Formats: sequence, structure tokens, C-alpha cells
Amino acid sequence: MLDAVGRRDVEELFSDIPSEVLARFEPTGLEPKSELEVQDAVRRAADSNRAMDMVSLLGGGIYDHYSPSIVGHIVGRSEFYTAYTPYQPEISQGTLTAMFEFQTLVCELTGMQISNASMYDGATALAEAALMADRLRKRRRVAVAANLLPQFRRVLQTYAWAAGIELVEVPYDASGRGAWDQIPGNVSGLIVQSPNAFGVIESLDGLKAQLGDALLIVATYPIALGLLESPGALGADVVVGEGQCLGLPMGFGGPLLGLFATKMEYLRQLPGRVAGRTVDADGKTGYTMAAQTREQHIRRERATSNICTNSALCALAATVYLASVGAAGLRHVAELNLAKAHYLAEGVRRIKGFRLAFDAPFFNEFIVRPTEPARVVRARLEDAGFLVEDPAELEALGVENALRVAVTERRSRGELDRALAVMGGAK
Amino acid sequence: MKTLFDHAAREGVGGLFPTCDVPAKAPADVLGPGLVRTNAPRIPNLSEGDVARHYTALSKLNYGVDDGIYPLGSCTMKYNPKLNEDAARLPGFATLHPRVDEALAQGSLGLLFELTEILKSISGMPGVTLQPVAGAHGELLGMFLFKRYFETRGEPGRTRILLPDSAHGTNPASAAVAGFSVTEIRSNDRGTVDLDVLRAELDSTVAGVMLTVPNTLGIFEENILEVTRAVHDAGGLCYFDGANLNSFIGRARPGDMGADVFHFNLHKTLSTPHGGGGPGAGAVAVSAPLVDFLPVPWIARTREGYRLDWEHAASVGSIHGFYGNFLVAVRAYTYLLQLGDAGLRAVSENAVLNANYLQERLKKTYRLPYDRLCKHEFVLSGEGLPNHISTLDVAKRLIDYGVHPPTVYFPLIVHEALMIEPTETEGRESLDRFAEILETIAREAREQPELLRDAPTSAPVRRLDQTQAARNPVLTYPFAEARAS
Repeated sequence: MLDAVGRRDVEELFSDIPSEVLARFEPTGLEPKSELEVQDAVRRAADSNRAMDMVSLLGGGIYDHYSPSIVGHIVGRSEFYTAYTPYQPEISQGTLTAMFEFQTLVCELTGMQISNASMYDGATALAEAALMADRLRKRRRVAVAANLLPQFRRVLQTYAWAAGIELVEVPYDASGRGAWDQIPGNVSGLIVQSPNAFGVIESLDGLKAQLGDALLIVATYPIALGLLESPGALGADVVVGEGQCLGLPMGFGGPLLGLFATKMEYLRQLPGRVAGRTVDADGKTGYTMAAQTREQHIRRERATSNICTNSALCALAATVYLASVGAAGLRHVAELNLAKAHYLAEGVRRIKGFRLAFDAPFFNEFIVRPTEPARVVRARLEDAGFLVEDPAELEALGVENALRVAVTERRSRGELDRALAVMGGAK
Repeated sequence: MKTLFDHAAREGVGGLFPTCDVPAKAPADVLGPGLVRTNAPRIPNLSEGDVARHYTALSKLNYGVDDGIYPLGSCTMKYNPKLNEDAARLPGFATLHPRVDEALAQGSLGLLFELTEILKSISGMPGVTLQPVAGAHGELLGMFLFKRYFETRGEPGRTRILLPDSAHGTNPASAAVAGFSVTEIRSNDRGTVDLDVLRAELDSTVAGVMLTVPNTLGIFEENILEVTRAVHDAGGLCYFDGANLNSFIGRARPGDMGADVFHFNLHKTLSTPHGGGGPGAGAVAVSAPLVDFLPVPWIARTREGYRLDWEHAASVGSIHGFYGNFLVAVRAYTYLLQLGDAGLRAVSENAVLNANYLQERLKKTYRLPYDRLCKHEFVLSGEGLPNHISTLDVAKRLIDYGVHPPTVYFPLIVHEALMIEPTETEGRESLDRFAEILETIAREAREQPELLRDAPTSAPVRRLDQTQAARNPVLTYPFAEARAS
């Protein structure tokens, strides 16, 4: 090979790198290992995550839902997972068709007209929604409900700072819902999360009318939409969400799946990639990337977003998940979540002195206010094999001495009864 | 192409979820009026077999790295070892909730910590974050870091980013999202940064430059040290787009070239699969003056174990909901463990050797605008092909030969560009076959140009009508139309 390229030695191939740079090089110190040794090493690391054998009551945007076996098998097909972005549509019809299906499914769930083919996660999708609203309305101010999940809030704050957009907070009332009588004027949009950081379902009725031309941005939980009225039907202009619940592993928080849907009239401001239906030279239906003139590879610094690589394979997983459960299965899952969470909540109310911090309607997650210090109850639950969140996050939202618990279809009645017994004092 | 929505719904499917073992609740009773959905989403109820066949059929319309050479310039589509996939699917990693107590997630936190340390070493830079989840996300973070740095120094007037005209489209877009304006700087006739043009732009309004090293022509900036020195002397910072790290990994480090921010594409260089467009991971390394600004949380090692460290007041904040794409990090870590230093050195050696081998051979058939030693990729031009044959025609004809086309029409400074990156995982047999096909296509361009113009004819679809897709966008399934027919 070296002969064929007319080089004496390998070093000559790197003769264009300044010798000072080459001289300063230091290796990492890693010894090469066999596949067998590496597999043992990573398995040991995975097994040392003690959470693996525990029962999850964790939530806050990421949930322990069941993913049907077929989802992993389809996304594990290397034709899907080793393909590149579908810039050559003729040999990417699998990815493109799935993108088109995904966009349709997101619109069906959210009640919107158009969807992109995914964003990094729910938090960055929300940040992009705020940027889009401000590109449209240009008021340099966006209102945001204080009961937004902190991981969404943190990312939003970073993006808004860089873009020079001021975030104005809208407080929540005693029921845990947004205090919509306190929305400031002169904003490009209002950000609402439903169910919110307390698990509470917001009332969106009449909110859009109240906002005038400011955009109503709703961050949602797709599994809940199996049961809850779609944000689109309630007046949302943009719907974003975290799609992890649709068949993706929790994966210590990544990769996740950002959903982003809006109205057709905002297509030119939509961030991210979109697949569209067209025909080929023979008139046969096919799919291709559409509306590309918004994107960075064409529009460069005038693009609607810098996003390129997104969460395509996660979007495929969500698509296969929804195809597997169907409308009936999605409704069933949502009902299971609702029933089981309410079963646990009723049990909590029966523990002497325990109550729920908020009394507005909730889906599968709620805030427990114990009589004892929340950290003591949490430690007792952890010792008994239950995963419960650190109360610090709720404290930062202004809710003292409380625990957030989430219940999915995976929790059995036996597990819930045991959790109640431990909350009540059993070891 | 049938979509999911074209399949007939089935009766009696289900069985995925158990019956309710607690008292069932009527949603309307629990939630009250107005909250329960009135229209079900239109998702057909299918059997598992229907779903398996539908998506298996779709998968067969794709082309992946396992199908053959994927010579996409700037994308580093190398083979993805299966061990990495198995590692990412280990239940201890895959089922971990990001809010678990740190004590219960020591395996994952330790892995993130170790990967961070390895990437510091590979880059020769003192700070690394794994939070960005894509290359462009890393670029965006880099621009946020620039912004915070100049804010802190009381230099808010530094609002301009300089970019070579060969830059990736994400570079200017990322700079713009972070609130910078962009000035393009012309490349010289050797395809590299023109130092005089650069120096003329360097004033107190410049925040810095974004460079791709080696650049998108596959050419190493021989004057890289002069370039970064000039920028630093003018008070600016240097961003290095790491898309092309494959060409020097294991033998040179961006930290030794003057980089202040460098992003890794784990899904390119470190062999995590691209997933049909993602998820990726875009870890960012920084120079000493920028370390304090890295996003929170950091992964810290203490005597009690690994923990998440949120206490960094100078940080730009967070750019992802949690800690980045952890399961992608697992794949990259697995890959690195297996390679070790010797393996990393072999990566750049073979990537560069393969590219030069193809360049030498193909320049006899296609125009090579910059005829010099290349790194891991090179750019040919389809200009001057006979019978008005374009680069697009060549690309589409490659599909008929069962090969994925190279990146085309990029970089913008080469007319009719064909940007070829074979990667180190192709053997000589595969390179020779690819070269032979391109040579055959050049002959066809002379003798049977219609074969190219009509191509592809053997793919699942022929060339698609992009005008119709743009003019009359159909972005969701047309249920009403389907019902009418």
C-alpha cells in the first residue's frame, strides 16, 4: 500500500503535521485488550450499578415503562442502526419512510399539523421552541411556568441566555397548577408543561385566547396522551416532549428523544430535519428530506437551527413502539398508569398524617408529603429496594419536605402495597 | 412503499400488557371534565408479526455500514464493532434512571469519569464534558463557552466568528444560534487558511475562529501553529471542529496545536453507529482558561466514590437534560478499551493510507483540484466529465453498483465536489472494487451517458422529485386521501 502511494514509510504520510506538534504527543497509556477482556470489564461496570435490581418509583420526565421485545429487535437491525442520515434517498427509503411515520404519529398524539423527525431530547426541543417563538414574535421575552421540570428549565436558561431572551416566570398556585392570571404581557410565548413537575395536569382551556399572538408552547408526556386531550385540541401552537417513554431504555438519561410539533403555518421556522412524500422519476411514491432550505447545510448561519445529527434511531424505536401497541394498546397503557398511580396515592392518603402536596388532577406521578422528614422516608424505601428521588429537586421548586413518586404499568399491586407499608414505617 | 397506516387493522391483537391488578378507574371520574381525550390517535392495531414484517421490509430499503463501503467524506462511516452494541444493552446500563442515587450508579459514573479522562488524554486538553449529544451540539457549546469567556473578561464587543469558506454548515449555524455574526475567510490556492486574509480580519470584534483540522478538503493546515498563534495574539479563541480526528488520532493532539475548544464526534471517530441520523455524541474538550465554564454537572471522583458535581458558579449551565448520551458513551468507551494506544495509532495510519491510495488511483480518472498528500479524505471534482454528466449523476450511478455514494457538492469551494473518505476499516479488496466502479462509471460517462442520467435504476426508487416535495409538502400521512380512495 505504501508503495502504491509512493511513500517510504508511514511517518511520511503525516509529514504535513508540524514536527513540534508530533513531538509533543503523549499516548493515553491504554493497553489494547481482546474482545473477551473488554466484555468482562464493561459487564463488571454495568453490574456494579446497584440500582439494577431495585423497583423504580422514579419519574420526572424519564419513566420505567415496558418496551415490547420487538422494538429492540427492529432497532437492532444493522440496516437501520449503521445507516447515515438519509441524504441519498434512493437507498434510504427505510429510514425516510419511518421518519414520515414518526412525524405522523407525533402529530396524531399531539394534535398538531407538522412534526420534525426528532431533536436531541425534550429539554433541547423546548429550548428550540422558545427560540422559534422569539424568531416569530421578536419580543425578546418568553414566559415560563415555574412548575417546569428542572432539566428542561436548565437547558432553556442556557439557550435563552445565549440568544439574549429574557425568561419571565409564571408562579403556580396552591393546587400545583400554573397561575395563569399572572402571565406577563409583551412576551413571544408562554411555556407550559403538562403533566408538570408535580405530575399535575394543567388546565389549558382558554389559555391560548388569553395569550393573543404569543405562542402557546406545551411540553407534554406522550404516554399520557393515550388518555389526555391533545395539546393541539386545546390551542397549543407548539408541542414538545420527551419521547423516552415510547419504548426507549432510560439509559442513565441518554440517548433520549425530543419531540417537536407545530402548525403548518410555522413550517419555515421549524428546526430540524423533516421527511416528505413525493414521487420518483417513474411516478412511484417515495420519501425524501423536505423543506431543506431551513437547514444548516443549505442556509448556514441563517438556518432555523444548527441541529444536524438528531435522535433518528430513537424516533424509529418510538415508531415501532407505537406501531406495536396501536391506539388501543396506548390507551390501555395510559389507563394502567392512571389506575396504579391512583391506587398508590389512595394508599398514601390512608397512612396516618401523610397527604398529597397538591390536589389537582394527576396522571401517573404525584407529590407525597410525609409526616416524617422526607429523607428518612426515602432512605427507608431505598433500604427496602425502592428507588425514590432525592427531595432536593422539589425543594428547589419551592416544595419542602416532599417526595415525587411515579407509577408505571410495570409496577405490580404487590410492589405498591409493599411500598405503602414501608412508607408507613415497615422496614 | 407501504406505511404503517396502510396496513389493515386487526381484531383481537394485544397481550403486551397485563390486565389491571388494582381497581380500575374510569378516566373521566378521576380526572374530571375536559381532560380526557375525545379523539383517539389514528394508529392501527396490528399483530406483532405485521409489525415485524413491515419494519423488516423497510430495513431492506436501507444501506448500512454492514452492507458495504460507505465513503462519505466528513462522516467517518467506519465499521461498528458488535461488542459495543452488546455493551450498551447491558441491563445495568440500559435500565438506569438518571435520577438514581449516585451510590447506586457507580458503574455508570465511573465509566463516564474514565471516558472523560481518556478524551482529555487523546485531545491533550485539561477539561472534557460528555454532555453534548451531537457534533453540532458540541459546536454550540463551544460557542456558548466563547461567549461566557468574553462576558467574564468584560469584552462583550467580541461578537464575530471567522470561518474558512470550506467549513461545515453547522459551524456558521452554531455560531449564529449562540448570537455571533459570521465572517467567511477565503482559502488560499493550496486549500488552506490564508494567513494574510486571516490577520487582516483579526481585530477587537473577533471572538475567535472555527477551524476544521484537517480541513474539509482532507488537507492538514501546515500553518496551524501560526494560525492559532495569530488568533491568540489578537485576543481571540480557537475552535476546532473534530469531525476529522480520525486522521491524526493516536499521533497528534489538538491541545498541542492551539485549540481552545475541540469537539469529538463519538459517532464518527469512536465508531458508535450513526443510527440513520443519530443519536450521536459530541464530547467537548477545552483549554485551561475555559475549564471553569464547562456545563454542569461535572463527574467528580471523591474518596467516597464518583458523584455529580453541580457547584460551578461560572458554568454556562446545562445543554442537555441529563449527562449526555450515556449509552453512546458506553459504546465509545468499549471501543477505546479494545483499541488501546496501538489501536488508535493504527486507526489514523490506515485511514490516511487508504485515502491516499484511493486518491492516487482515482486522480488518473477524475479531476483532483488539490493534488497533494491528503489525510483521511480527499475531494475530487466531477467538473469536465463528458456529455454534461454531473457529480450527482456519478453518485446515483454508484447506487446501481451497490455502493453508497460519497458526500457530494461539499465542500462548497470545489465545484461538483465528490468527497471521499474510505476509513481505516476498508481493506484493499474493498478499496480496489470501489475504485474500479468509479473508473467504470467514468467510462460510461463517455460511452453510455444515459446510464448515468437515468441512474439509479436498481434501487427501491429512482430519482425523487425534490421540486414537488418542496412545493407541495406532504409531511404526514394523508388519512383523508387514503379514505377517499
